[in-house]
Amino acid sequence: MDILNALVAFLNFVFIPAAAYGAQLALGALGVTLIYAILRFSNFAHGDTMAFGTAITILVTWGLQSLGVSLGPLPTALLALPVGIAATAVLVLGTDRAVYRFYRAQRAAPIIFVMASVGVMFVMNGLTRLLIGVDEQRFDDGARFIIAVRDFREWSGLAEGLALRSTQALTVVVTAIVCAALFWFLNRTKSGKAMRAYSDNEDLALLSGIDPERVVRLTWIIAAALMTIAGVLYGLDKSFRPFNYFQILLPIFAAAIVGGLGNPVGAIAGGFLVAFSEVAVTYPWVKVAGYLFPGWQPGGLLQLLGTEYKFAVSFVILIVVLLFRPTGLFSGKSV
Amino acid sequence: MKRLLLATAAGALLAGAAGAEEIKMGMSLGFTGPLESMAPGMAAGAELAMKEVSESGLLLDGSTVVPVQGDSTCTDAAAATATVERLITAEGVRGIVGGMCSGETIASLQNVAVPNGVVMISPSATSPALSTIDDNGLFFRTSPSDARQGEIMAEIMMEKGVQNAAVTYTNNDYGKGLADAFAAAFQEKGGTVTVNAAHDDGKADYSAEVAALAAAGGDALVVAGYVDQGGSGIVRAALDTGAFDRFVFPDGMVGQALVDNFGSEIDGSFGQNPAAEGEGRDKFLAMAEEAGFDGTSAYSAEAYDAAALMLLSMAAAKSSDPNVWKNSVMDVANAPGEQILPGDLAKALEIINGGGDVDYVGASAVEMVEPGESAGTFREVSFENGEMTVVGYR
Repeated sequence: MDILNALVAFLNFVFIPAAAYGAQLALGALGVTLIYAILRFSNFAHGDTMAFGTAITILVTWGLQSLGVSLGPLPTALLALPVGIAATAVLVLGTDRAVYRFYRAQRAAPIIFVMASVGVMFVMNGLTRLLIGVDEQRFDDGARFIIAVRDFREWSGLAEGLALRSTQALTVVVTAIVCAALFWFLNRTKSGKAMRAYSDNEDLALLSGIDPERVVRLTWIIAAALMTIAGVLYGLDKSFRPFNYFQILLPIFAAAIVGGLGNPVGAIAGGFLVAFSEVAVTYPWVKVAGYLFPGWQPGGLLQLLGTEYKFAVSFVILIVVLLFRPTGLFSGKSV
Repeated sequence: MKRLLLATAAGALLAGAAGAEEIKMGMSLGFTGPLESMAPGMAAGAELAMKEVSESGLLLDGSTVVPVQGDSTCTDAAAATATVERLITAEGVRGIVGGMCSGETIASLQNVAVPNGVVMISPSATSPALSTIDDNGLFFRTSPSDARQGEIMAEIMMEKGVQNAAVTYTNNDYGKGLADAFAAAFQEKGGTVTVNAAHDDGKADYSAEVAALAAAGGDALVVAGYVDQGGSGIVRAALDTGAFDRFVFPDGMVGQALVDNFGSEIDGSFGQNPAAEGEGRDKFLAMAEEAGFDGTSAYSAEAYDAAALMLLSMAAAKSSDPNVWKNSVMDVANAPGEQILPGDLAKALEIINGGGDVDYVGASAVEMVEPGESAGTFREVSFENGEMTVVGYR
């Protein structure tokens, strides 16, 4: 019984939240890594573009809700998602034409691209705030729980409760589908192979007749889809506030770099690694330990770091990886 | 040149000693920021008292009172300091109703009001830190310190049989002050605080914070935060994960928004916030309605009392110089003397001008304790069947 209690407490407070958060980071990191592989720069505007796509999706969701449209137990935002992706794709393609294409033609150094993307970040930042404001918005509807705490306790008779929110399950399922689709696209289709070829060697790809501008456009569209989906899932699961999307940039980059920049498998692994580290390091293990070792009375909470230092965990991971394994766990490109 | 200076000084003295003047009264309230919805009601309350005194024509030989508003922003200490600086040096106010939030009040008081010798009476800054601040007798408040609220909260919890509790507070002067005051009072009464942890406002997700609180455990969770901010996020995450289902809410959380957010999910929880009952309050509500604003708006009554106290103290000290009338505030606020309710300010001025003594009761049942703050009455509320009901006053 005690072992079951320990397991349930672990699932409820560590595994489920970290898995959902990890899936959100993985999607974000996939976008970053894709842009890095093909356009060859770190896109600092990633978080704020996620916020923009989410904001559009929220506005459309509200429109649908006022029309009385709903998806039953699923959130209405899923219906609005394609509109959000389309709008974001238009925005990033416009940004590419207005900003990045100029530097690409000049074959500018990557650091110049990065700085340009910081500028783009600030513009997107303002754009999102003009669109939807700075306040917190909630737009989740449909069923809140798949497993509610009270029901679980009654069903199992355990002291610990287990909650599984529908948004958490949705996040993991959608992430799995998106990842599968992306890998199928990259490995099986002609356009996907063209993108990989361009990523491996730009000049060789040019010689074999691949249109670079088309590859770039395709990359942006896929990245826009990844960003919007990641943003909407994050907003559904937690809450939408533009500033939080700026903050999430750090764990996303940590995830992409840990996995190896430019390596899609690495991005996914990195996302989960960062999420699980953040949650596990700031979780007080006293309760779980109490169930596993009933005779042991630890003095403290068995918490390695206070929850205020959650973001510091990504920093530490980032620094350690950059120092000892700059190409990441799955050998991407070195930064 | 010397003669000219002397003449000016003499002129100033004359003007100060006799004859009607135009007394400017500052207001440093958070008209923008996280409590912007409360500021207009507070300003209206303070202006109501100023108008009443001004129209009576009985203050310092018929002086008139002119309100000057300033925005303290509630969170930005630098902005609040600049506002108070402007009120004092550019507008030449003789007293300030404000500030609104504790951190901002501490900054503007220490940096501007104390060096310039101007009195501030805050209707709503409740941090215990303001009780011990070095203020040269220039700071008062018509709201009780959170130290008092901590005691009341501990008392209520003990009566309800909550013996151990986890505490989380919003990471600022208000939250920390209240949480520490509560923890001390609760432990003194024999309770156990399992954990006393901060949370930051404006986060997307509070599951990590709640996981920590849950690991420490407790019969109830005390949420010393803001209902429009992280406080609600904590409650949401705690309910979702089943970590706590009973909560204790201090003043920053008690409000209609809490019921709107959680409905019957928080049944069995309880809380308290400063609010007085009685004749003075009823009278103030009627006056507010006549003046066209909502007197039940948080800290509106306290703002009325802050302004009224300042003006009556000027009358009692026979001077509008803050360094002189600051010594009369406690006398005016407390017994002995004739009890003064809202709307009786003209009567109070008559008594004072005739050499009598007054005991200002006002809209929030003002009873000042050292070092210049309201002893405070609290309203106890409980949450049942998705509704907030007032249990009583203490």
